[in-house]
Amino acid sequence: MTTATDAAGQAPAPGPAETRTPILRARRLVKTFGRVVGLDGVSLELYPGEVLAIIGDNGAGKSTLIKCLTGAEIPDEGELFLDEKPVHFKRPQDARAAGIETVYQNLAVSPALDVAANLFLGREERKRGILGSVFRVVDQKGMREKARNELKALGISTLQDVTVPVENLSGGQRQAVAVARAAAFGSKVVVLDEPTAALGVRESNQVLELIRNLRDRGIPVILISHNMPHVFDVADRIHIQRLGKRAATITPESHTMTDAVAIMTGALRA
Amino acid sequence: MTQQTTEPPTSALDLAEEFLDRTTPLSRIRNTLHRYPAVSPAIVLVLAVIVFGLLNDRFLNPANLSLITQQVAVVGTLAVAQTLIILTAGIDLSVGAVMVLSSMVMAQTSVQLGLPGVLAIFLGLVVGLAAGAFNGFLVTRLKLPPFIVTLGTLSIFVALTLLYSGGATVRGAEMPELLTAMGATFNIGGVNFTVGVLMMLLLYVVVALILGKTAWGRHVYAVGDDPEAARLAGISVNRVLMSVYLAAGAILALGAWIQIGRTNAASPNAGAELNLDSITAVVIGGTSLFGGRGTVWGTLLGALIVGVFRNGLSLAGLDVLWQTFAVGVLIIVAVSVDQWIRKVRK
Repeated sequence: MTTATDAAGQAPAPGPAETRTPILRARRLVKTFGRVVGLDGVSLELYPGEVLAIIGDNGAGKSTLIKCLTGAEIPDEGELFLDEKPVHFKRPQDARAAGIETVYQNLAVSPALDVAANLFLGREERKRGILGSVFRVVDQKGMREKARNELKALGISTLQDVTVPVENLSGGQRQAVAVARAAAFGSKVVVLDEPTAALGVRESNQVLELIRNLRDRGIPVILISHNMPHVFDVADRIHIQRLGKRAATITPESHTMTDAVAIMTGALRA
Repeated sequence: MTQQTTEPPTSALDLAEEFLDRTTPLSRIRNTLHRYPAVSPAIVLVLAVIVFGLLNDRFLNPANLSLITQQVAVVGTLAVAQTLIILTAGIDLSVGAVMVLSSMVMAQTSVQLGLPGVLAIFLGLVVGLAAGAFNGFLVTRLKLPPFIVTLGTLSIFVALTLLYSGGATVRGAEMPELLTAMGATFNIGGVNFTVGVLMMLLLYVVVALILGKTAWGRHVYAVGDDPEAARLAGISVNRVLMSVYLAAGAILALGAWIQIGRTNAASPNAGAELNLDSITAVVIGGTSLFGGRGTVWGTLLGALIVGVFRNGLSLAGLDVLWQTFAVGVLIIVAVSVDQWIRKVRK
């Protein structure tokens, strides 16, 4: 609890990660909503092949932070670097095009559409030839085939039939669809906002397993969660938000859950 | 209590799923209807045809069937526009008014200004598109609920129609031939069809293909289903909504052309019942008023049901008011069935 002290905008967190170059880096992000300060100069680094958890009390700026990272909000000040190149996201599509995929808390899936259609929602593939180019017919068969392969590659065994409407799926299966959509399409970073909040024990474990799978495939993951056991279970490093600032970045090895909660609530100054 | 005993559930979770997923005959029907929403209107249509056929010999007469298709052509066309808008969880109370305004522009520009038929129809199309753009602008930019927007534009378009036309009906005989071309008939197997009916069916085929086979079609469903989810998936919700209102405007102009052919006239007072009938057709056809669910084929069945009921009841010698009564009952029953179907697994 003495090591990880980096105030906003200072050098990256200590530890073995230092020598590597971050895949995603935020510097001194500021975001205000009227007189409410959502982010007060927050920096963050995400390294290749790691799961970075972001925790914090309600109103600590977790959601605002990831919204700024994923283009859902535009920060007032500060810089974002992807692969050390500065990026400016004006819309979620921009972040997505750059390779940052987000799974939102409210599960951004369309209930009436089937699994494959949801995986490809917003980036449908068209048929080859004149049917696709002139009449803009989508390649349903091809997309379903790819959806099956993608689910298999991610080790998602709970979704056998990609033609089922998503509304017929359980919460865990829906989450799997949302995560699979984020992980597909060669994304560089996957951001998960409270992926286990609405799930039961068994389904939560499946999602945590999925997160490990993603990391093992080399896709770094940012995980926002309230659930300390889940965070300490899968995270490599933990970024603690407090009052719109980064209070500390810790690891599950260096700190206990109690320490983390203490830093979160301000009882412990990291 | 003791239903068929399949494999014993292993955990409490499985038990819960088993319980929710119980397959009583009723829930099986509900699941089927949920997956194929056009099934229930198809059943209603077949039953209605049989009952009205038994009630009156003349009902199944080719001349009468031909009449029903002609009566359905206009409502059926407007209902396509209505389906698109209801799929996005909107509603358009101005479809009838836009169609009448467009038909008056077609008729007046050709008769009073002496424009050729093609140009008059083009101007009617422009009016339809402009009306759609206006509705779409209010819905997407001012963020007003479609119900309120179109309630307002309904009055605006009705007033514009009367101001523009001076309340006068234009007879088909005065117009260029092209304007009344939709009324021309041809014969298939003893039943007379009009070009207008053919156009309507063509419209259904085209819109069904677009909705089912293109990315735009999927986006229409996604926007109606959950606009926030659609936005987060990278879909430009406003652009989709705007395109839907524009498409609806174009379809309404086609409806105006068909209407002129059907009545062999353009009357500013036509189409009062068309708003409600088009909504009824869509709702009876299994499209959900909450958006994101439904097909145009269901709407075609719905339009046919409305046509069959109106025609069958009048042949049965009942007062015209009972037709209106029946349409009202149909709406309530259809929405109740929709609510029941939507209860499938939350």
